[in-house]
Amino acid sequence: MSFELLFDPLFRVPFATGLLLAGILPLIGMYLRLRNEWLAALAFAQMASAGALVAMVLDGPMLLGGVLAALLAALVKGLLARAGASAYALMMLLAWGGGVLLVANHPLAEQAGHALFDGQLYFTGEGHLLATALAALVVMPVLAWLSRPLLLARFFPEFYRARGQSERPRLLLFDLLAGLVVALATVSLGVMAAFTLVFVPPLLAWRFGRGWKSGLALAALAGMGGYTLAFALSLGLDQPFGPVCALLLVMPIVMTGVKFDRM
Amino acid sequence: MADELLLRVAGLRAGYAGPVAGPLDFELRRGEIIGLAGPNGAGKSTLLKALWGGVRVFGGEVHKAPGLQISHQAQGFDDLRGVPLSGRDLLGLTGAAPAGLPPWLAGRLHERLDRLSGGQLQFLRLWACLAAPADLVLLDEPTNNLDRAGVAHLADWLGRAHGGQGIVLVSHDHAFIDQVCTRVVEVGA
Repeated sequence: MSFELLFDPLFRVPFATGLLLAGILPLIGMYLRLRNEWLAALAFAQMASAGALVAMVLDGPMLLGGVLAALLAALVKGLLARAGASAYALMMLLAWGGGVLLVANHPLAEQAGHALFDGQLYFTGEGHLLATALAALVVMPVLAWLSRPLLLARFFPEFYRARGQSERPRLLLFDLLAGLVVALATVSLGVMAAFTLVFVPPLLAWRFGRGWKSGLALAALAGMGGYTLAFALSLGLDQPFGPVCALLLVMPIVMTGVKFDRM
Repeated sequence: MADELLLRVAGLRAGYAGPVAGPLDFELRRGEIIGLAGPNGAGKSTLLKALWGGVRVFGGEVHKAPGLQISHQAQGFDDLRGVPLSGRDLLGLTGAAPAGLPPWLAGRLHERLDRLSGGQLQFLRLWACLAAPADLVLLDEPTNNLDRAGVAHLADWLGRAHGGQGIVLVSHDHAFIDQVCTRVVEVGA
């Protein structure tokens, strides 16, 4: 066991990239959970991973391939709103099947595939950090602006229609934001780590938040705290980041017996 | 402007796959409270929804004043268990001011909604629609799930201080309709 690597400059960029994402992913997860659409995050992540692999095989940038595939998934989800969870399940199966076949049949895809599925954060480079920082600059203010429409759509679904407006464009914009953030997280952290950070911190916020804003803050703090600990442990114990992150974040849920309301 | 005509409804027939309610005729001016009364199944809620476009209109006309802002309180309530939302959060969504809330609720706005009783929650939800910035408020069975204190406060507020809005409400509670409405329109079975 060695924790000296934690202070190696080589790991600063991956750590900073992941930390930014660990702050944003739980916020996206709060609104996905609000809409009972948290499963969509897994569909976006699987699509992003398949898109990244296809891009690599075609000698293109994985980051761009992942983002485009997830944005396509978000667009499909937004346009097929009534399909709900069935659409997410179909996207997941499609992306998973395609991704695994690529990994099995293309030598170049094998290593990248393992990184995406296992969550090897340490391959993350400056391009990922720059893309994540730029995305954060766009996502945070837009998400703050979307917060009220998203809450209204959940609790007063007739609010906009009674005023002669449609809530659909706002909901579609949120889907695209979610797709973008989850895609960046997938190509940086891996599929299941990205999903963990979308899904688990909101569970804690749902249980312990005293209001919506405090819930958002709690979710972001839980995400960033859990991520930092997982990063340190996986590096120090030389273990893949994805499973360490998932186990570390899920453990408090199991141990504190948080009720799974509105699953 | 007091006495301003907000809504003119003429021969309105509304429904889903086909017409199930109407015809309905009335005019509503600012400051008026109109009650739609009638037996169960007469289509009162359907007609109320037709006023803002929530169901299909099969005949007749609904003329609204230009720029009319509508707030609609629907029956039923979404499950709020587990959602980290406070009373203040809920009112903030529709822009409803807390001034005028009964004291037994005003002091609990900081609490999560899932800590409130069913009656308190229903009153808060009603208030979020009633006190939202709107010219026309549509209330569908507003006394459902309210306790006696809630009904009394609602009736008192509607009777003296509803902000000069026009209100159309549907209720099976004839005593409540008689108490608060300036006019009652019967909807046939």
